[in-house]
Amino acid sequence: MNAPNAAGWRPAMGVAGETRSATSSGDYGLMLEEALSFELGSADKCGVDLEKTRREPASGLTRFLRKAAPALPGLTEPETVRHYTRLSRQNYAIDLGPFPLGSCTMKHNPRLNEKMARLPGFADVHPLQPQKTVEGALEVIEQLADWLITLTGMASVAMSPKAGAHGELCGLLCIRAALDARGETRDIVLVPESAHGTNPATAAFAGFKVESIPATPAGRVDVEALKAKLGPNVAGVMITNPNTCGLFEPDMHEIADAVHAAGGYVYCDGANFNAIVGKVRPGDLGVDAMHINLHKTFSTPHGGGGPGAGPVVLSEALAPFAPLPFVTRGADGCIHLVEEENRGEGHDQAFGRMVAFHGQMGMFTRALTYILSHGADGLRQVAEDAVLNANYVLRSCEDLLPAPFADSGPCMHEALFSDAGLAEGFSTLDIAKGLIDEGFHPMTVYFPLVVKGAMLVEPTETESKAGLDRFIASLRSLAERAKGGDESLHSAPYYAPRRRLDETLAARKPILVWQGNPTESGTPSLSEIGGS
Amino acid sequence: MRYLPLTPADRASMLETIGVGGIDDLFVDVPAQARLAGPIDGLPAHASEMAVERHMTSLAAKNLSAGSVPFFLGAGAYRHHVPASVDHLIQRGEFLTAYTPYQPEIAQGTLQVLFEFQTQVARLFGTDIANASMYDGSTACWEAILMAARVTRKGRAVLSGGLHPHYGEVVRTMAKFTKDDIVSLAPELAADPDDNAVIASIDDATSCVVVQYPDVLGRIPDLAAIADAAHAKGALLVAVVTEPVALGLIEAPGVLGADIVVGEGQSLGVGLQFGGPYLGLFGCREKFVRQMPGRLCGQTVDAEGRRGFVLTLSTREQHIRREKATSNICTNSGLCALAFSIHLTLLGGEGLARLAAVNHARAQATFERLARIPGVTLLNAAYFNEATVILPRDAREVVRDLADRQVLGGVSLGRLFPVADGLHNALLVAATETTTDDDIEAFATALETVLVGVPG
Amino acid sequence: MTRYFSEDHEWIEVEGNLGTVGITDYAQGQLGDITFVDLPAEGATVGKGDSVSVVDSVKAASDVYTPVSGTVAAVNEALADQPELVNTEAETGGWLFRVTLSDAAELGSLMDEAAYKSYVDSL
Repeated sequence: MNAPNAAGWRPAMGVAGETRSATSSGDYGLMLEEALSFELGSADKCGVDLEKTRREPASGLTRFLRKAAPALPGLTEPETVRHYTRLSRQNYAIDLGPFPLGSCTMKHNPRLNEKMARLPGFADVHPLQPQKTVEGALEVIEQLADWLITLTGMASVAMSPKAGAHGELCGLLCIRAALDARGETRDIVLVPESAHGTNPATAAFAGFKVESIPATPAGRVDVEALKAKLGPNVAGVMITNPNTCGLFEPDMHEIADAVHAAGGYVYCDGANFNAIVGKVRPGDLGVDAMHINLHKTFSTPHGGGGPGAGPVVLSEALAPFAPLPFVTRGADGCIHLVEEENRGEGHDQAFGRMVAFHGQMGMFTRALTYILSHGADGLRQVAEDAVLNANYVLRSCEDLLPAPFADSGPCMHEALFSDAGLAEGFSTLDIAKGLIDEGFHPMTVYFPLVVKGAMLVEPTETESKAGLDRFIASLRSLAERAKGGDESLHSAPYYAPRRRLDETLAARKPILVWQGNPTESGTPSLSEIGGS
Repeated sequence: MRYLPLTPADRASMLETIGVGGIDDLFVDVPAQARLAGPIDGLPAHASEMAVERHMTSLAAKNLSAGSVPFFLGAGAYRHHVPASVDHLIQRGEFLTAYTPYQPEIAQGTLQVLFEFQTQVARLFGTDIANASMYDGSTACWEAILMAARVTRKGRAVLSGGLHPHYGEVVRTMAKFTKDDIVSLAPELAADPDDNAVIASIDDATSCVVVQYPDVLGRIPDLAAIADAAHAKGALLVAVVTEPVALGLIEAPGVLGADIVVGEGQSLGVGLQFGGPYLGLFGCREKFVRQMPGRLCGQTVDAEGRRGFVLTLSTREQHIRREKATSNICTNSGLCALAFSIHLTLLGGEGLARLAAVNHARAQATFERLARIPGVTLLNAAYFNEATVILPRDAREVVRDLADRQVLGGVSLGRLFPVADGLHNALLVAATETTTDDDIEAFATALETVLVGVPG
Repeated sequence: MTRYFSEDHEWIEVEGNLGTVGITDYAQGQLGDITFVDLPAEGATVGKGDSVSVVDSVKAASDVYTPVSGTVAAVNEALADQPELVNTEAETGGWLFRVTLSDAAELGSLMDEAAYKSYVDSL
């Protein structure tokens, strides 16, 4: 576990199970504990200097005034900076090392993106300013839209959805609107059993009934089973391509033709677009709608769980139904913002509105920056390197960890393993927690559901060969320990800020908010604050 | 390419390990006719950091940024001063480049932040609990209506005419597909909000009433009276807060009887950003916890008995429940929630109350000055930092004329409610702690100029 | 008093026209630590095979199907505070709900204890 690396450097940690003497502070060197902000702060502290207003509230407001300030303690700036900096050190992040979560595409987040998003012309612009004062912002939306349309070979794109699942919803609502316009009430959506959970959830949310399509032993959609389900009540299919087993669906075009012939539409989950960007255009495969997770393929930061952004590219058939607001370049060459006020200007079939304002503008500036940095050639190289890295992991580990679809040919952006063949009582969880001690973030575990004990490794193009070799060495070492029945793995991780956490306790007796009271003089009354 | 670490030699050696001759051998599953032979035609090639920066900066320069001119827009997005430490801290790579905390042992930073955030939102809203955030206020509002339907097993929601029209549009759009029954009251130019009309619209089939507080015209509804009326008919009160700073000064909706409180958290820590990303706030009574949408972080202990935090109650969510999930939502707005939480930690409850008092005072100064302009009248009987003024002509034109004079002077109700009659002369004006006396004077002077010659 | 079992791993014990329903010890073992039980409303009319209750563990939510048609006569209130009873006393104190049977003939399609045991062994 603390073997020297290629350069001869040996980590100074102890070995698993070794007990260390307690410190009086509870901290261990740079391993720092941190209390809740509420336990650190007090009601009489504030990290913002504010003027004391001498005015009485307007008389109309008097009956609405609150009796006491919110019971939230404050902290001064140095205390605040230290609190969050100490907390940040309890997180793993891409900036620290590989984050090979399958289907999550944890790639490097270029800092130029952050710098551009913070230009006052983007960051400090109100969504309802008069159009002529925000022409640059609309141009960002239009330029990004143009890239997304070109890269996917589609007719149009709805930019406003807030995240991937929101984009899925947008795509399905476009399908609903198109069916409504045809006067049809088809209510079934077919979803492969390997699909991400958002697919069936979204279909249900959009008012469809979900029917499952089985997978073939080779990890692909069973085309014949799918065709057998097509009929006058099928609104469409939702297919992830490349799919959640990390494989390309070679029959996509045949599926699309069959679905179209039966009067349905093809929704493609674009979560894994990173594997094919610049190499394949989904529009050439017969897709009618596909969301693009800007936080995956186009590197906007995941931020510990959002915000995402999920524009949806649309075929000619669905384009008229895209929601408002909508940015378009008119025949006059000028960019137009279409809202409820002027929807008559060529967008009167819009199915409605999904968000306040214009969508994730801050993500658009970052994604456009990323795209311009890479260009058409660089994006193609991204897909190739991502696929190359995944296949390198697959072929470097398949002798130790069963890869259920390894014989199906190359994988795309992610390599899928299973825990079959580990010693009795050992499973994917042990490998995952062991990786934490090795200094890596674990892969996606127990997904897709069609493979028992699934381990889905997506290295992305961000990893160097040397970085992958270190990860592979750790994964192989853990596989060997689990095959050999190394019981210490059951208690991993040992070296993380926390050992395994009791999730059953958390779910049985949920504690979702801090129960204490602020220290000091209690909460001040408004008369003390107003200072009249 | 500066972002791609593999060298040509690496690629060659890796292909050899894999056992294929070239990269295209890894794309054999893609039908040959769909494989592109080279970079897509018509798109530019990669560019240096300097070149991209030049391009983006030129686009940014085409926008008139709020901080560069007298600025009075609100209507659901507010310009507040964000302390420098907030933006510094959210750019810590360990926050910025982490994923959803599915491995809690190495995500305690994000998880503890979410626990603190949930506590802050609950205390701000006066609710028992809150979730770890949603996409934005408008989507949180729709989720609240769905949740109210699950809780009450009824499906008729009444929307106040004071609800932000975008929120109303989102709700009506979604309800079209889910077949929920939505009753939308019309917005009216009155000094007081439409509490009586809301109360009169509640019947036994009503699952919830949705009331914005303060409402979109800046008026302040009597939530306690509406809550009583709703509860008497077995309906829930959903309060919508688009300006959370207001809750430093006016009573928390949960204290007044709201069962679910949702809102837009942008005002704290998150800049205007042309509308997103923002963050949806969602709080409610503890007894509804199993019906809540979105992520929840909960306290627990680790194997050594130390306090720690995990995502919990995830059986409500899509990755487990699939088509039976409470929502299809898969993410939250983590980084925005972090910014919100840091800003509120700096302020504390007392600081928030003081910030709110300053906001209200700046608004008082603004409306006193505007009301001195001939033909301009203040509509509201009460307001926090935003109110409606009635102009002698169409406010949409006035907004454009003001912009010509380098003043961003509010949001016209004609833009917000294009189909409603009788609102077109109304202008929604917001002031915050960033509004100076000079801004107010510049606005008033410009408004006087553009209104000259129009009969009052 | 007779006890029957379903292929969905519910048990029902019938006394007169009142049936008490729970999940089997085998089922609770498969689910792991139970964290929450969503129970039907008393007085609700249910049809054989309807999903009327949900049993949550940390990572799964499992539907419970009523093995008989009828009216929900009672639910096990103790589970609100002690969902773990479904683990520790699956076939006794961890019962979920009681149904007033509307069609006792439906019991004929269920298994007896011996048949259920061989069914489980075959899985």
